[in-house]
Amino acid sequence: MSDKKKPVTIATVWLDGCSGCHMSFLDLDERLVEIAPLIEMVYSPVVDSKEIPKGTDVGIIEGAISNEDDRAKALKMRAACGFLISLGDCAVTGNVPSMRNVFDQKECFDRSYHENAQLQPMDPTVCVPPLLDKVLPVHQVVDVDLYVPGCPPPADAIYYVLSELLAGRQPDPLLLTRFGK
Amino acid sequence: MARQKLPPTQTLTMKIDDVDVTAKPGQTIKDVARDHDIIIPGLCYLDGLSIWGGCRLCLVEVEGMNKLLASCSTEVAEGMVVHTDSPKLRAYRKVVIEMLFAERNHVCSVCVSNGGCELQDMAVELGVDHVHLPYMDPDVNLDSSNDRFRLDHNRCIMCTRCVRVCGEIEGAFTKGIGGRGIDVRIINDLNMPWGESQTCTSCGKCVHVCPTGALVEKGTAAAEMDKRRAFLPYLTIMREAQR
Ligand code: SF4
Ligand code: SF4
Ligand code: SF4
Ligand code: FES
Repeated sequence: MSDKKKPVTIATVWLDGCSGCHMSFLDLDERLVEIAPLIEMVYSPVVDSKEIPKGTDVGIIEGAISNEDDRAKALKMRAACGFLISLGDCAVTGNVPSMRNVFDQKECFDRSYHENAQLQPMDPTVCVPPLLDKVLPVHQVVDVDLYVPGCPPPADAIYYVLSELLAGRQPDPLLLTRFGK
Repeated sequence: MARQKLPPTQTLTMKIDDVDVTAKPGQTIKDVARDHDIIIPGLCYLDGLSIWGGCRLCLVEVEGMNKLLASCSTEVAEGMVVHTDSPKLRAYRKVVIEMLFAERNHVCSVCVSNGGCELQDMAVELGVDHVHLPYMDPDVNLDSSNDRFRLDHNRCIMCTRCVRVCGEIEGAFTKGIGGRGIDVRIINDLNMPWGESQTCTSCGKCVHVCPTGALVEKGTAAAEMDKRRAFLPYLTIMREAQR
């Protein structure tokens, strides 16, 4: 029992998404207990660490790339993680966030911060990262090693993907999920 | 002596995916394959409608030909050797699906056809888990002017099933094709709002043959639109019986 395997380190980020993919991850319920000894969450909205450690084994990205902050985080994830997963339709296709792509930015700002504002209509300028012209799927910004579509991907699909990876096998997520699942 | 005229051959022999099969003259490769339980993918072909040959998902390799052929619109010939599945074909089919996704705006999670869409099913079948081409994000509109149905160009894959069913089965000829290339669109009559069409009988046939969420019943929310496709072969059989 002494040669306990080193846990696989996992980092997750939440970019332009609704957090539903992270919720679906938590929906693994008691299966979380089963995989807990095999993994170590080194960076995630659900743990308290400020930096993505270099040499992290697996990176999981939820959400599309909509602003400069999303882009910077995606680049950091790619640089830090050996294997990068696009989790959920926002990360994989742009999904709902990308529905703004048919409008130009001014139209979006006018709609959000002027037409719908009851008090002091104005464009936000401080403390918010600049929006990109178009919302992009993660793989248009950094290389991705595995795509897990779904909105959100069902907990069963996430469990399957993680357990296959932990067992050293290449999962086929389309067995359990698809665009819009 | 002049050559004597022989009666036409009634049965052809050929090979599909290394299986010896027989076929009748005039049958298409896709048809013969299906008779032998080999299902070739496709989105524009639909039993009961004329052949369009536009989606190119049903491409197959025929030995001795240097290009790929659409199996739904290629007749069989004696001695033909056909391959319906190969890494090359799979790669081409994947790209076709990816182009369909990239060309218009597909947001499955909020689409009324989510879970009942042939494009989605085809993506799963062909292993399309992402689209590597850049999305075009076209600014296309949506026609809600008909009392009962909606035409959402965002989800249209230009398979023309609606055009064919409207002309060939309903006989209304409301649906047509306007524009060219990337700007091609399904139109009603002479490109007027659907609700103002003088020819549409509101039969709903176009809605039910449409493989995607492009033609739907109004009042359906995400994932609520079920298509009833079975009526079409039935109508066709009844028609032929009358002839
Ligand atoms: S038409 Fe099909 S593929 Fe397109 S968004 Fe709707 S469900 Fe998805
Ligand atoms: S409802 Fe019927 S008549 Fe009207 S466009 Fe569709 S198929 Fe044609
Ligand atoms: S509206 Fe539907 S049936 Fe008509 S061409 Fe588009 S996808 Fe095909
Ligand atoms: S099914 Fe043959 S080209 Fe569409």
